[in-house]
Amino acid sequence: MGWQWFHQLGSPRWFYEKTSRWMPWIGAIALILLVVGAVWGLAYAPVDAKQGNSYRIIYIHVPAAFLALAGYYIMAIAGAVGIIWQMKLSYTVMRSAAPIGATLTFIALVTGAVWGKPTWGTWWVWDARITSMLILFFLYLGVMALQGAYQNQNTANKAGAILALVGTINIPIIYKSVDWWFTLHQPATLKLTGESSIDPSMAYPLLIMIAGFYGLYAWLLMHWTRMDILHSEQKTAWVKALVSSK
Amino acid sequence: MSNSQSLSATLLSVFRRDLVIAFRQRSDMLNPIVFFLMVVTMMPLGISPQASTLAQLAPGLLWVIALLACLLSLDGLFRTDYDDGTLEQLILSPQPLYFIVIIKALVHWLTTGLPLTLVAPLLGVLLALPSDGFIPLWLSLLLGTLTLSFVGAIGAALTVSLRKGGLLLSLIIMPLYVPVLIFGASTVRSAVEGIPYTGALAVLGMFCALALMLAPLAIVGALKMSVQE
Amino acid sequence: MTFQFNSLIDFLNMAGHGPYVWASYAITTIALVTLVVYPLMQKKQIIAQIRRQQRISNPPE
Repeated sequence: MGWQWFHQLGSPRWFYEKTSRWMPWIGAIALILLVVGAVWGLAYAPVDAKQGNSYRIIYIHVPAAFLALAGYYIMAIAGAVGIIWQMKLSYTVMRSAAPIGATLTFIALVTGAVWGKPTWGTWWVWDARITSMLILFFLYLGVMALQGAYQNQNTANKAGAILALVGTINIPIIYKSVDWWFTLHQPATLKLTGESSIDPSMAYPLLIMIAGFYGLYAWLLMHWTRMDILHSEQKTAWVKALVSSK
Repeated sequence: MSNSQSLSATLLSVFRRDLVIAFRQRSDMLNPIVFFLMVVTMMPLGISPQASTLAQLAPGLLWVIALLACLLSLDGLFRTDYDDGTLEQLILSPQPLYFIVIIKALVHWLTTGLPLTLVAPLLGVLLALPSDGFIPLWLSLLLGTLTLSFVGAIGAALTVSLRKGGLLLSLIIMPLYVPVLIFGASTVRSAVEGIPYTGALAVLGMFCALALMLAPLAIVGALKMSVQE
Repeated sequence: MTFQFNSLIDFLNMAGHGPYVWASYAITTIALVTLVVYPLMQKKQIIAQIRRQQRISNPPE
């Protein structure tokens, strides 16, 4: 025992074989949670007194925003592990986390804008949370662009990891600054989500959706990482055997 | 350069060398200032020549343009050193790269950020900045551009081995500049509106201290990565 | 727990907010499905490429 599991974890082949067993379960659980949460949220949760039915967008907006932020940290941690232990698999996870996180940020932004139209009467408001989300989106794009610019895979990995780590230190600062900037400019009182006072009958589907999005994120991360492994390991014997056995 | 050379001697020689090079290539030093001036000229043409309108926008405009000027100057930070092999020498030198990198970023600031800060009040006049705003503008740019140089140096180090690094550099660094912009511009705006501005200035000072301490770590890692390529 | 709407039309309409809600869910679904499908297409390409190389290196007798 001891550190063996850690080195096993670093082996792309081990990861590929393990995840092919885990993925159907994780995928099924995530799908069930998402369907239950969405149906409950769309059809059975009570109507919000102030916002009407448009609040039902919360059931995708908030989980997507959650995972978008958590995804950046996952990406950065994977990058840090890659730098510290020179672990190839970790870099692969980092590379996969970037497009998934960027897409989730995009979903959070678009659903926020669509939600804004019936609620505030405008598609875009420079609200603290939305602005932070937009900057997070830019941070993701930066990491992806930097990784894509390098021909050498090893350098691309290191560059992406360094930038992701720098971004991680900056995210809390950016969030706090934008929050402060928002209070300074005294906008109309348009609180998007009063999470603390949300009614349980509305909160349960939200919790289910958040759990579902976490499951979906885990599934997607494995899905993308496996594809990347196939790509980078295509010269190895086990991938060749895998392909010819199919 | 002998191995027994002390740290301070090395740093001093790097400092002197970089300054001399910067002053020899004077156009590189002047370009950000000229850019600053030109974009400021565009503003009344694009928005309105009315002093009241400009005065309202001036704090933000001056800060945004100063930020862009800084961003444009970053590309050259490590470029020549990378091309002629100096960077490799510095990495191989027995002295810690951490301090060498600090000196390099500092020289970059002395030759771009500081001149920008010095001419900023002049441009404030062009944009009809109210007189209360001048000292805060100067102070906030002084602290802010130093932060911008150090944070920007991370991007410069990450992209130095790429041939077309310029635009990419702006792309990856601009989001990181957001906090400095927010607090820099609001320092000036608070002062113009007669609100105490020392709080925002103190936050800028904190950013500056953080950047001075932490950014060199990332720059060192990025430079080593770039040279290995 | 009860169904909040009187009819299916009501459900789709959501008192005027329907288009916004359904558009949000549709965009989200499209984006997520893209995230699922893109690696599958890549995988197909990679496998085809490996097969091609295998045929070149050891042609069938």
